[in-house]
Amino acid sequence: MTRSRPRVGPLAATAERAPRLDVDALLDDPGTGIIVCCGSGGVGKTTTSAALALRAAERGRKVVVLTIDPARRLAQSMGIETLDNTPRPVDGVGPGTLDAMMLDMKRTFDEVVLSQTTPEKARAILDNPFYIALSSSFSGTQEYMAMEKLGQIHRQAQAEGTYDLIVVDTPPSRSALDFLDAPERLSSFLDGRFIRLLLAPAKGPARLMTAGLGMVTNALTKILGAQVLRDMQTFVAAFDTLFGGFRQRAQRTFSLLQAPGTAFLVIAAPEPDALREASYFVERLTEDEMPLAGLVVNRASPAARTDLSAEEATAAADRLGRTSSESTTAGLLRLHADRVRIVEREAYLRERWATAHPGVETTVVPALATDVHDLVGLRRIGDLLAGGPAG
Amino acid sequence: MLVTLAEGADGRHPHTRLDDVSPVHGAAQAGHRRSDWPEVELHVVSGKGGTGKSTVAAGLALALASTGKNVLLCEVEGRQGISRMFDVEPLPYEERRIARGLPLGDVAPGSVYALHIDPESALLEYLSMYYKLGRAGRALDRFGIIDFATTIAPGVRDVLLTGKVYEAVQRNARNKDALAYDAVVLDAPPTGRITQFLNVNGELAGLAKVGPIKAQADTVMTLFRSPRTVVHLVTVLEEMPVQETVDGIAHLHEAHLPVGGVIVNMVRPRDLGPADLEAARTGTLDREAVTADLARAGVRVSHELVDSLLDEARDHADRRALEDSQREVVRALDVPSYELPRLPGGIDLGGLYELAARMREQGLA
Repeated sequence: MTRSRPRVGPLAATAERAPRLDVDALLDDPGTGIIVCCGSGGVGKTTTSAALALRAAERGRKVVVLTIDPARRLAQSMGIETLDNTPRPVDGVGPGTLDAMMLDMKRTFDEVVLSQTTPEKARAILDNPFYIALSSSFSGTQEYMAMEKLGQIHRQAQAEGTYDLIVVDTPPSRSALDFLDAPERLSSFLDGRFIRLLLAPAKGPARLMTAGLGMVTNALTKILGAQVLRDMQTFVAAFDTLFGGFRQRAQRTFSLLQAPGTAFLVIAAPEPDALREASYFVERLTEDEMPLAGLVVNRASPAARTDLSAEEATAAADRLGRTSSESTTAGLLRLHADRVRIVEREAYLRERWATAHPGVETTVVPALATDVHDLVGLRRIGDLLAGGPAG
Repeated sequence: MLVTLAEGADGRHPHTRLDDVSPVHGAAQAGHRRSDWPEVELHVVSGKGGTGKSTVAAGLALALASTGKNVLLCEVEGRQGISRMFDVEPLPYEERRIARGLPLGDVAPGSVYALHIDPESALLEYLSMYYKLGRAGRALDRFGIIDFATTIAPGVRDVLLTGKVYEAVQRNARNKDALAYDAVVLDAPPTGRITQFLNVNGELAGLAKVGPIKAQADTVMTLFRSPRTVVHLVTVLEEMPVQETVDGIAHLHEAHLPVGGVIVNMVRPRDLGPADLEAARTGTLDREAVTADLARAGVRVSHELVDSLLDEARDHADRRALEDSQREVVRALDVPSYELPRLPGGIDLGGLYELAARMREQGLA
């Protein structure tokens, strides 16, 4: 197969085969009720979420953005010093509205427990050491609670008409898939044989399990210590009545994500690792019949405006270098060669990705020289997401 | 105190900045610089997502191997990044030799071995090693307990992962079949999670106050807090990653974990000198001279070409200015820092060796 030399000019960023993602059409569609931004760490998920939410609000939507642990600067860029579990209005936005909030997973977990049972029972659970550890440090809790919070806000928005668009940022997981897996994992654990095993002593002999039971309990005691095992048993006994509720909620949020009003945006950078994660995610969304809106490739290197190739530029720089070692022009040529190589490599990676995932609408956002400090910066990212000029 | 600047092959692009390296940790010598971290047995490499921490960890393993050490490179996040970088089969839970260090001077290079640590295998190994739990171990699996311990149980996953790293570092004559390593490099979780990950007994506190898990965590912590361990943080010269590095160092200090160096990755090329950068920023580069030079070099000159080159130079100068301001922030951190170039072709095995050579020159290995 011969590959023609890629065009390296003003059009290079949009020349690949992937159809273009129309971000404004997505934001303007009143049918879009939830946008979930997912992708591997360090690709600009949180900034993208905030920029999309702002743009939607300024196009007339009533928006809330749920972020996970944003950088301080990003919270400040929305004029909010500290984000917490309650949505706070962002000033200076119109004609729509924008609220921003940050997920507090422990508070969210506590609220679920409180809403599901009597105050005394809830207290017993909230004070249990095993629960405290589970609700504040289990890495999957964050994913589960992000889903939970999304469900809450959505129900509230439906009932009270507070929002017509929810933009969700996802936790910086080990793998982007954790976001989809965690609820299933938690509820299958709560449902599983292990729980029944822990409950067994409290519920009388479970004859079928006795064969393995003694051995397993012994092993657990050896490894974890008797105290931990007791804490876990107390926790599970107290939590028992809530399991059904948890399972139902997880199921409901999962269906909400599958509904046509939801749009998943996969965020990536033009790097092999980030694009590979994006592939996993796209495949998984398809498998789970979740609505994929498209791919956002952040931090693309801006193309040069001349089609002088890297090889020609390097050769010319070498020729100049022989005559004067301090040549400015040789430096310019080397810079150009460096840029062209990077742009070509990124374009190639995106092309390959588009070939493997035909039909996935894509928008490419060029890298900015500085971070976002204010709404102006977020607006600029919004413009770029919608395919506007780098400005 | 400082070594001659390391330079590119043509002697014109000093990508690395040795003047950034604190001379505190070891005297520099002409030729091969001595390591800043000669006593360290465990190098933990963390960094914000997207800064290339796995690449740096792999490069560091090669750099250490080039000094004659046998090195174990561990990954714990289930990504199989090592097998992709070194272009080998996906790694099992088993130490495999994957590369050799580059021979430098008269030192015979050591080898790099790799280990992909997954919590399930670590738990089963742990059970059979310390409790002789062959059958019971399998029973645990049947009851979903292995899954519980490695995914749901708070903190246990990290105890298992760090526990295996501990075992590899601590390994000695006791276990005759296993290889003993001169150094272990851990490709660790990202900066936002690194303190929690290493501070395993803190994570367990409140859950297991006593018991074997707690004892295990305490033992592991003793190694992590000792001078045999350092935590290096990888960053790029942009605001958010540098801020995260600053915060990460503060958190490590609070947890009494030893901070190593800051490794500044993907530094832009330095093809323009300070005067040219200033001129590029202000749009005063000599257009006619550039046009004449291009013609002299045999390039077909057009307005479009010159415009593009000057624009690219301005864009580059802006980014270099931002890099410089962030470099000041890194410098103010008062820890040794090291710089690695951005490789335009991406990272392959050759790229890793190149980064390893840069690390070695600057005294990281």
